[in-house]
Amino acid sequence: MNAVTANQVQMNIERSPGLWSLAWKRLLGDKVAVVSMVVVIFFLLLSLASLVGLIAKDWNKEVAVNYAPPTLFKDSHKPSADLKAGAVDAGPAVDGAAERVPLVNERDPLREVINELKTQLGQPTVATADSGLKIVDPLADVMTELRKQLGRTGDGSAKVVEEKRLDFLPFGADKWGRDVLSKVIQGSETSILVGFAAAIVATIFGTLLGALAGYFGGKTDDALNWFYSIFSSIPYILLVLAIAAVLNKKGVLTVVLILGFTGWTSIFRLVRAEYMKHKARDYVRAANAIGASHTRRMFVHIFPNISHVVLVQLSLHVVLFIKSEVILSFLGFGVPVDTVSWGSMLNESQNELILGYWWQLAAATAFMAVLVTAFSLFTDALRDALDPKLK
Amino acid sequence: MTTPLLSVKNLRVKFRLDKKNSFDALKGISFDVMPNQTVALVGESGSGKSVTSLAVLGLLPKENATVDKASVIEFDGKNLLTLSNTEKRALRGSKISMIFQEPMSSLNPVFTVGYQIEEVLKEHKGLSGKAARDRAIALLTEVGIPEPNIKIDSFPHQMSGGQQQRVMIAMAIACEPRLLIADEPTTALDVTIQKQILDLLAALQKKHGMSVLFITHDLAVVGDIADHVVVMRNGEIREQGASKQVFAAPTDDYTRALLACRPVVDSRPKRLPVIDDFMAGRADAMRLEQRSRGVLETDPVVLEVKGLCKDFVSREGLFGKRVFHAAKDVSFKLRKGKTLGLVGESGSGKTTVGLTIMRLHEATKGEAWFNGQNIFALSEAEFLPYKKRIQIIFQNPYASLNPRFTVGQIICEPMVIHGIGENSEARAKMAFELLAKVGLPEMSFYKYPHEFSGGQRQRIAIARCLTMKPDILICDESVSALDVSVQAQVLNLLQDLQDEFGMSYIFISHDLAVVKYMSDEVMVMSEGNVVEQGDSDTLYSSPQQAYTRKLLDSIPKGVSALT
Repeated sequence: MNAVTANQVQMNIERSPGLWSLAWKRLLGDKVAVVSMVVVIFFLLLSLASLVGLIAKDWNKEVAVNYAPPTLFKDSHKPSADLKAGAVDAGPAVDGAAERVPLVNERDPLREVINELKTQLGQPTVATADSGLKIVDPLADVMTELRKQLGRTGDGSAKVVEEKRLDFLPFGADKWGRDVLSKVIQGSETSILVGFAAAIVATIFGTLLGALAGYFGGKTDDALNWFYSIFSSIPYILLVLAIAAVLNKKGVLTVVLILGFTGWTSIFRLVRAEYMKHKARDYVRAANAIGASHTRRMFVHIFPNISHVVLVQLSLHVVLFIKSEVILSFLGFGVPVDTVSWGSMLNESQNELILGYWWQLAAATAFMAVLVTAFSLFTDALRDALDPKLK
Repeated sequence: MTTPLLSVKNLRVKFRLDKKNSFDALKGISFDVMPNQTVALVGESGSGKSVTSLAVLGLLPKENATVDKASVIEFDGKNLLTLSNTEKRALRGSKISMIFQEPMSSLNPVFTVGYQIEEVLKEHKGLSGKAARDRAIALLTEVGIPEPNIKIDSFPHQMSGGQQQRVMIAMAIACEPRLLIADEPTTALDVTIQKQILDLLAALQKKHGMSVLFITHDLAVVGDIADHVVVMRNGEIREQGASKQVFAAPTDDYTRALLACRPVVDSRPKRLPVIDDFMAGRADAMRLEQRSRGVLETDPVVLEVKGLCKDFVSREGLFGKRVFHAAKDVSFKLRKGKTLGLVGESGSGKTTVGLTIMRLHEATKGEAWFNGQNIFALSEAEFLPYKKRIQIIFQNPYASLNPRFTVGQIICEPMVIHGIGENSEARAKMAFELLAKVGLPEMSFYKYPHEFSGGQRQRIAIARCLTMKPDILICDESVSALDVSVQAQVLNLLQDLQDEFGMSYIFISHDLAVVKYMSDEVMVMSEGNVVEQGDSDTLYSSPQQAYTRKLLDSIPKGVSALT
């Protein structure tokens, strides 16, 4: 619309603010809304950064002794004294660090035999790092030979695992010595991703069916209501289990689908009611009178008028599904073991809590509580901003 | 000289809009209500008349309304503005009571009307049990409810609009107040009911010797009942005085304009004078130029409707259904460039006829011949090109425009659907032309409907219809929701467009004077039946049917008797 734009410039007209810009203005005027929005955006950036691999990429690496306490509590807690015992358990296969690997396993029942063999071979009984490996790996000599041919020097055993200890562990470490902070950030990524994706699936599904049922009414409405009633009459967890069994695959996508296809019902009811209300309005009638098709009336005319309802529902369901994902993962129906989410962290911390390792629980709970509270407050503010009459 | 019962002195009310702006709703008004007198507060929307009544009752919204310190509202020697909330509450209901515009929303739907009247009696008179019930029945009898001892146990939805308003009046007079404030009590009612309610109010006022503060936008209504008239505009009093004097010799131009811009039954000027014309002093000349209406047999017929029936079926019980005949065997011819007026009270089926012709309802039976084609027999897809040629303007301009579309989008949409104009530039150009034609500034194109007043919105709706250059325009109560002065402007616009494009109108309204002014032919409907139809001048001067005569008698005579 070049002519229009030119015209507009020429007349120097200020375009009237639409609903969204007015709502945005109202939202910015609300202190709670701004604060909660900042928190939500912070979380979104955090999980985005984690998604593209900027932070928390190495959450799966061992960076500390297992169950290392949060840095602030290091001296005050007992498990820090157990460092040695932990190191013994870890064993040479997991941790190749020379100073921590006991080259002679004192509990080995074959120790005497090995020592005898070593004396026969003329090797010292107190082995070096290299010889320690040889005992375990019969091909160690060949490997050393190969390495030499490839131009690599030195023995590779020290390179197998690079030992890098972190001094700063605000939330301590878990059973495998992984940094809980990285883990909880990685968990945020999973939980937020699942929450948003599932909410979008549920909203699209619920809105589409609700629009059809509310707009056409009659038989379409009856059929969709039957469908809805069947869904809502099955206990939630059973339905989730059934869908999980049918999909027969654990993964983030599965959780998204489960939540999306069980959570659309309340959006359906609401959108249906809105469409029933709006289709009788004069502006929709007027659209019919000027010859607008059903699709046009449904999505060009009515939808913008109820979009604020859908948006608030979307926002509500993000919170709901983040919590649902946590519950599902906690119960073991959620994300697979190799993925971390707040739910699986809570699940792990069940056993840890008995031993007094509380930091994983604290980290997951704190992150979840902050996000869910902020998001709920944001949703409330959003609703007020979009529909100031309700306030 | 007697002391006034209510004396409003220099009342100023300010509304805070946001942090910076405020709006002066009342700019220092003063008037008196004498005992046993009816005072009418007349003005168009935004004149401050309702704010005045709320200020008297102490019901102004506290969060954003401020009353000026120097203002005084004296009732029976006490300044209402300085009373405590408890004192005010004791006064409300017992000494001062109020009737609202919408009886349906003022009555609580889950209680019987008897309970609601008894509640008032309990609160203010200390009556209870049988005494309260007897008094409630007596009150219902007094306001003319038939079979009051049965009706006392019915719920508000079981009564008609007129009866609901009578119940509201019964509640208002239950404690024999000294002052009754009636805020547009008849605006939502049909003409015949309006007349009954006005008669009732006048009778009650005399009988109980109370004062009535009657608030309305309709000067004609006031002429019948008021002793004293106060004309307001934009928070100021333009004129006040004895009713006879104000009507016979109005001194203010605005009052004269208000009186004249309402169409009357016995005169049909070419254009209705609007307020600007009075301010410019050219109104009297306009009134002399008359327009002649009426049809000739030789005028070509655009649309012929034969035996149109429309039934609404509602389910009742498990298998039963109830059929409601909204329109029964309606037949008429619409001629090119002429207007067919459709009058009737609410529920007469006039709107159903309009919507059925547009195929917004499907006809149960009947034919409508347009351009050699029975349009009722077409499928929805086949009818689409005809939608362009028959258009409708709805009653409520606040509801008929999509609030999320800009005016530009609204006007361009029909062109997009019907493929008018090659591209969006051509369409926008045409939209600008149409905006100019209906008298809106070009910048309206970028605005949203909520930024416009009712009359302007109706112009937008008209512009939207004009994009398709229809042959037939159905105006379904298109001016009923507008103030009289705005109504005159829109009626003038419709007439001009008819003159220019030769469109045929089906003009649906409950307002007989407006229909008379606009129509060449008139069809009177009642309960789905056509009672009488014919040439508008003949029908109004010599009605053949009793129902038509009854309708014509209910037109408020207050003003037309004088002009």
